[in-house]
Amino acid sequence: MKALVWHGKEDIRCDTIPDPEIEEPTDAIVKVTSCAICGSDLHLYHHFMPALRKGDVMGHEFMGTVAEVGPAVKKLKVGDRVVVPFTIICGECEQCRRGYFSACERSNRNRKLGDLAFGHATAGLFGYTHLTGGYAGGQAEYVRVPFADATHIRVPDTDLTDEQLLFLGDIFPTGWQAAVQCDIQPTDTVAIWGAGPVAQFAIRSAVLLGAKQVIAIDHIPERLDMARAGGAITINFDEESVLERLSELTNGKGPEKCIDAVGMEAHAARSVDSLVDRAKQAVMLGTDRPHVLREMMYVCRNAGTLSVPGVYGGFLDKIPFGAAMNKGLTIRMGQTHVNRWTDDLLRRIESKQIDPSFVVTHTASLEDGPDMYRTFRDKSDGCIKVVLKPGFNGNGNGNGRH
Amino acid sequence: MASAMANARSGHYLNTPAGKLSHQLAYFSIALGALELFAAPRLTRMLGMRGKEDLIRAYGVREIVKGVGILSSPNPTPWLWGRVAGDALDLATLASAYPNNPKSTNVAIAIANVAAVSMLDLMCAQQLGAIQVRQRMPMRDYSDRSGLPRGVEASRGAAADAPIPADMRTPAALRPLA
Repeated sequence: MKALVWHGKEDIRCDTIPDPEIEEPTDAIVKVTSCAICGSDLHLYHHFMPALRKGDVMGHEFMGTVAEVGPAVKKLKVGDRVVVPFTIICGECEQCRRGYFSACERSNRNRKLGDLAFGHATAGLFGYTHLTGGYAGGQAEYVRVPFADATHIRVPDTDLTDEQLLFLGDIFPTGWQAAVQCDIQPTDTVAIWGAGPVAQFAIRSAVLLGAKQVIAIDHIPERLDMARAGGAITINFDEESVLERLSELTNGKGPEKCIDAVGMEAHAARSVDSLVDRAKQAVMLGTDRPHVLREMMYVCRNAGTLSVPGVYGGFLDKIPFGAAMNKGLTIRMGQTHVNRWTDDLLRRIESKQIDPSFVVTHTASLEDGPDMYRTFRDKSDGCIKVVLKPGFNGNGNGNGRH
Repeated sequence: MASAMANARSGHYLNTPAGKLSHQLAYFSIALGALELFAAPRLTRMLGMRGKEDLIRAYGVREIVKGVGILSSPNPTPWLWGRVAGDALDLATLASAYPNNPKSTNVAIAIANVAAVSMLDLMCAQQLGAIQVRQRMPMRDYSDRSGLPRGVEASRGAAADAPIPADMRTPAALRPLA
C-alpha cells in the first residue's frame, strides 16, 4: 500500500510498504478514505518530537471503512464507516472508565519508554512518537486499529461528507475540549492564541458555548480572516501589541479565559523571550518555545483559567509561575479525550449547528502528501487545513484548493 | 466553498515589530560604526589588538554603510543579512585575537555582546524577509467561512446546554458575580 513515511527531519515520502495485518484479536483494519495533516504532525516533521524512527508511518487524523476485523471485535463489521480518534483506547481501564481516554493505561505498547519520559506512560497514539506506542499512522491506504471496539467513532447512515466528519477524530474535539475546559460563562472574554485549525474550532466552540467576546491572536492574514468569519475579534501580533489590545478589549482587566492553541513552536517574534527560545532550540539547549504560555499567564485576569490544547514535548523554562500562582490561575491541559465529546459533537454536526468542512483549504492525493507538508509548513497558498485522499485524482500541486 | 483572491495585503513592514527592530539595529549600527571609526585606538587598547586600528576603522565604515542602508532602503532585508555576515566577521576577528591576549577578558565580553546582537540580526532578517514575502503574496479570502450555518450571532450560546463535566467546571466562588 501507499503511505506517507517519516525518513528524517523535513523528509516525508510517499512509499510503498506492506499492508497492515490483524495482530491481535481486538484489531480491525480500516481502509482510509480521507486523512488530514495536523499541526502536531509538524512537530514530527521538524523533528522536535523525540523517539521517532525512520520508516514510521505518519498521520493521526483519518477515517474510512472497516476492511477486516479480528475475532474478538464485537461492535464493528466489514463495511462500517468510521472516524478513528487519534488516541488508542482500551475503554476498560480506570482512566478510560472515568473519561480520561488520552491517559489510557493499556494502549501504549511502549510503556517503559513512556514511563521513562513522562513518569507514567499515556495512551497509545496513531502516527506519533514511540513514546506513545509507535503505532503506524493513518496517512496511508490502510491502518491497523488496535482495541477497535473502543477506538472508533461509528458514523451513522448519513449523507454527511468525509470533510464534515473527519475532524471528529482530532481537531474538532480538541478545540471543543479547549473551550469546555474554560467552562465559558456568558460574560467571558476568551482569548485564543493561534488561528490554526485547532484554534478555528476553539473559536467556534467558544461562540457556541456562549462567550461574550472571542479574541484570536495570530499573524497570518488568511487565518485571521477565517477567525473573523467565525466570530472572533483578531489581533495581528506583527502589527500591534497583544498586551495593549487585550487590555483595551477587556477594560484593562484581561481575558477571563485564555487558550493556548499554539504549543511548542510559537512563532511570535516581538519579544526577547521568543528569540532566546529559538536560539536555544536551534542548538539543542531547549525543547519548546513556550512564549504563548508566558504571555497567557501574564495577561490572564486574576483567578482566570488557562486551557492548553497546544502540544508541548519537553522541559520549559522561564515560565512566570510566580504570576500564575499569585493570580490564582487555574490551568487545565492534556491531550484530548476524543471519545468523551464525539457523540455530542456528531449531533451538533447533524443538526447543522456547525459544519466542520469550513476549515479545509486544500485536498490532494497521498502521493502529493510530501508537497502538501511543505505547503502546510510554510502556510503558503493560504493553506490552513490539508485533506489527503488515497486515489484522489487531481491535477498536480494544490490541485484540490478550495 | 469557493474562495476568492483578494488583491493584496496591507501594511508597511515598518509597522511590524521586526520592522521597528530593523531600524533600532540600524541606529545601533551607525553608533557602533562611529565609535569604531573615531575611537579605534582606544578600542584596540581595550581589546589588546594594537596595530589593528585601520581594520577597526574599516569595520566602522562598514557598520555605518549598513545602518544607512537599512534606514534608506525600501527593502532592508538584504542589508540585515549583510549585518549577519558582518557579525560573523567580527566574531572571527575577536576569536583570532583571544589566545595569548592580556586583555582576553575584554575580548570574551566583546564576543558575548557581538553574539547577542548577531542573534537579533539573524532573527530580524529572517522575520522581515518572511513578512515581506507574505506581503507580496496575493491573499486568499476566507471571509465566507464561518462554519456556523446559522450565522455567528444566531449561534452564540447555541451549545450552552452542552454537558460540561464536573471536573471541568469552574468552582462556584470563581464564577461571575450576579
